[in-house]
Amino acid sequence: MKQLYPAFAILALLTLLTGVIYPLTVTGIAQVVFPKKSDGSLIKEEGIVVGSSLIGQNMNNDPRYFWSRPSAVGYNPLPSGGSNLSSTSATLEEAVGQRTADFRTANQLAEGTDVPAEMVFASGSGLDPHISPEAARLQIDRVAEARNLPREQVADLVEDFVESPQLGFLGQPRVNVLLLNLALDELQ
Amino acid sequence: MEAFEVLQLVLYFSALIACVPLLGGYMAKVFTGERTVLSVIFHPVENRIYRIAGVNPTEQQNWKTYTLALLIFNGLGFLVVFLLQLIQGILPLNPAELPNVDPPLAFNTATSFMTNTNWQSYAGETTLSYLTQMAGLAVQNFVSAATGIAVVIALIRGLTLRSGTTIGNFWVDMVRATLYILLPLALILAIMLVSQGVVQNFSDPVEATTLTGETQVLPQGPAASQIAIKQLGTNGGGFFNANSAHPYENPTPLSNFLQMFSILLIPAALTVTYGKMVGSARQGWVIFATMLCLLLLGLTVMLVSEYSTKPFSDSTVMMEGKETRFGITNSILWGAATTAASNGSVNAMHSSFSPLTGGIAMLNIMLGEVIFGGVGAGLYGMLIFVILTVFIAGLMVGRTPEYLGKKIEACEIKMAIISVLLPSAAILLFAAVAAVTDEGLSSRANAGPHGFSEILYAFTSAAGNNGSAFAGLNANTDFYNLLLGIAMWIGRFGVIVPALAIAGSMVSKKVTPPSPGTFPTDGPLFAGLLTAVILIVGALTFFPALALGPIVEHLLMNSGRVF
Repeated sequence: MKQLYPAFAILALLTLLTGVIYPLTVTGIAQVVFPKKSDGSLIKEEGIVVGSSLIGQNMNNDPRYFWSRPSAVGYNPLPSGGSNLSSTSATLEEAVGQRTADFRTANQLAEGTDVPAEMVFASGSGLDPHISPEAARLQIDRVAEARNLPREQVADLVEDFVESPQLGFLGQPRVNVLLLNLALDELQ
Repeated sequence: MEAFEVLQLVLYFSALIACVPLLGGYMAKVFTGERTVLSVIFHPVENRIYRIAGVNPTEQQNWKTYTLALLIFNGLGFLVVFLLQLIQGILPLNPAELPNVDPPLAFNTATSFMTNTNWQSYAGETTLSYLTQMAGLAVQNFVSAATGIAVVIALIRGLTLRSGTTIGNFWVDMVRATLYILLPLALILAIMLVSQGVVQNFSDPVEATTLTGETQVLPQGPAASQIAIKQLGTNGGGFFNANSAHPYENPTPLSNFLQMFSILLIPAALTVTYGKMVGSARQGWVIFATMLCLLLLGLTVMLVSEYSTKPFSDSTVMMEGKETRFGITNSILWGAATTAASNGSVNAMHSSFSPLTGGIAMLNIMLGEVIFGGVGAGLYGMLIFVILTVFIAGLMVGRTPEYLGKKIEACEIKMAIISVLLPSAAILLFAAVAAVTDEGLSSRANAGPHGFSEILYAFTSAAGNNGSAFAGLNANTDFYNLLLGIAMWIGRFGVIVPALAIAGSMVSKKVTPPSPGTFPTDGPLFAGLLTAVILIVGALTFFPALALGPIVEHLLMNSGRVF
C-alpha cells in the first residue's frame, strides 16, 4: 500500500494541471485571439441572437426560404443526433420516398428529377448547416416566385454563397442555408 | 469519388508518414530520460510533482509493483469520476442546472473514461455539468492515454533491458507521458480547433430566435480543450451527443482533417519510438507497415461498399447520418481511422453506413485494436501478436522461438493467449446473452439483422475500448450500462495485466546473439506472417457472428429486403 499516497497525490496534481489549468489556458487564449468563434459564431441582429452560422435551422417548409436538410432531431440541439436507421430500414425507405416526392412537388420539379442525396437523408448531427450547391439551385424558382424577385437575382445570390472545398480540396462544395436566407431577407 | 477526394486521402497518409518519425523520436527521448526541447519548462514541474507525491523518480519497480501502482491509480480515477457525477447537482460550474447522474449510468461513464473507451450512454449536453466534463472526463482523457503509453513503454523495456527485474517506474512514466507528450500537443490542437469555430467558453446556453420564429437553445462550454485530447488520446468521447458530427465540435473540413490526423498520430508514432528503444528502426517500421496495410485494406473495402450502395430506388448515395461539409469520403476515412485506432469518435453515424462498411468498422475493433490502436494500447496489443507470430514461426521451422534475442517460452505464450481470449470472449458471450434476453433485445432501434449488429457492435466497442456505436441501440438501461461496463474492464485490464506480466518475464531473460537459425523479425516476410496471424485469429473468432449481422444484411439489402 506504499503506492496509495502517490496515487492520490499524482491524480490530484494531474487533475489540477489537465482538468483546471489546461482548459482555463485554452479558454484564455481562445477568448483573446478568436472571441467570436470561441463563443459559438453567433449571429446577432439588433442585439438579438438569430442563430449561429455553424448550426442549421428548421425552415418549416416556408416557401420564402431555402430549406435545410431533414433532421432526426428537428434542429433542436438538446440533444443533437442522427436517426441511426440502416440501409435495410423500412422506416427510412418510406421517409426517403416521401421526402423525394415532397421536394419535387414543392419545387415543381419533373417526376424522375434527381433529388440530391442530402435533401432526402437526415444528417449525423441533426444540425447540419449546409446543403450542396445543386440542392440550393433546385430551390431557386420556388424562392424567387414566393418573394416576387427576379430569378436572376436569387440565382446570383446562391452562387455568391457557394463555398468551395476548403483550401481547394478539403471537404465538399456547399452552401450555408442560414447565411443564404439571411442575405435573402437583406435584399428586401 | 472525385480527384480532389483522392488527393485528400493521399495527403492524409503522407502527412502521417511525415510526422511520425519526428514525434516518435521525441517520445523515445522522453522515456529514456534524455533532455528534450521542452525540458526547460517541464523538468521543474515534473520534479515538484515527484516531491509532493513522495515519489523517487530513480527508483525502479518490478512488474508486480508497476502493475499494482497502475491498478490503484486507475481505480482511484474511476472513483473520482463516479462520485463527481453522483453529486454534480450541488457542485459549481453547472449553468444548465443538470441533475445528479443515476448510479448505473455513472458507473458506465466512469468506467468508460477510465478505460480509454469513452463509450457514451448519455448525451453530453443534457447530462453532464461543465465541472464533470473538465475535472472528471477530460482528466481521464489524459491519464488513461498516459496509462496506455506507460504500459507499452514498460513492455518495450521488458523486451530490451538485459537481465534485470525492473521495468521502470509507473509514476514517472505517467507524469512524463502527460506532461511532455499529451499536454503540449493538446494545447496546440485545441487552439487550432477554436480557430475553425469549435466553442470554448463557460457561458450559459444561448437562446436564439430562428428565422421562422422558433426558439433554438445553443449549448456552449469548454469543448475545444476536451476535443483536442479526445482525439490525441484516442479517447473519442464527445462533448456533444453527435460527437464530431456536431458543427460546434467539428465545424469545417480543416478541423475534420486535423482531428482525423490526431486520431492516428500518437499510436503511429509509437512504432518509431519502439524502433528507437530496441535499437533497430526497422523493427518499428515493420510494425508500422503491417498496421498501415491492414488499415488501407479495410478502408478500401469500406469506400467501395459505401460508394456502390444505393439502398432505395429513389436515392443516389447513402447520406443518412453524414454531414454535407464532409461528404462520403471523409466520413468513411474517419470511420476507418476511428475504429482501427480505438478512438471511437465519429463524424458520421456508423449505424447508417452500408452493411459491409459497418461490418469492417466492427472487424477493425475485433482484430484486437492493433491497427495503430489506442494510444499505447495498440502497440502493446500488436507486440502480443508479434510474440504469437514468432512462436508460430518457431513451431513451423522447429526452433526455439526468440524475439530480439530473448527466448519466447510457455509463460509468455500463456499470457498472450489470455490477452487475446479475454476480450473476444467478453464480446461473444455478452452479445449472446443480450441477443436472447428481453432486456437485451428491447433496446434495438432497427429490426432484422441490423438489430443484431447493433448489439454485437456495442459489446465489440466496449471490450475493444473503442467507444463508437451503432447508436440507435438504447444503451442507457441498467442492463447495458452494467454489462458494457464490465466488458470495458475486461477489455482493458485483461490485456494490460498479461502485457505487464510478459514484460516482467522477458526482462529477466538473457540476450543471445542472433544465429543462422534466428527468424528475422524486421523484414517483409515477417510483416506478412504477422498480418496473416492477426487476420486468421480475428476471422476464426468472429466470422460466425459477423455472418449473422452485416454479411446477411448486405445480401438481403441487395435482394431488396427491408425490415
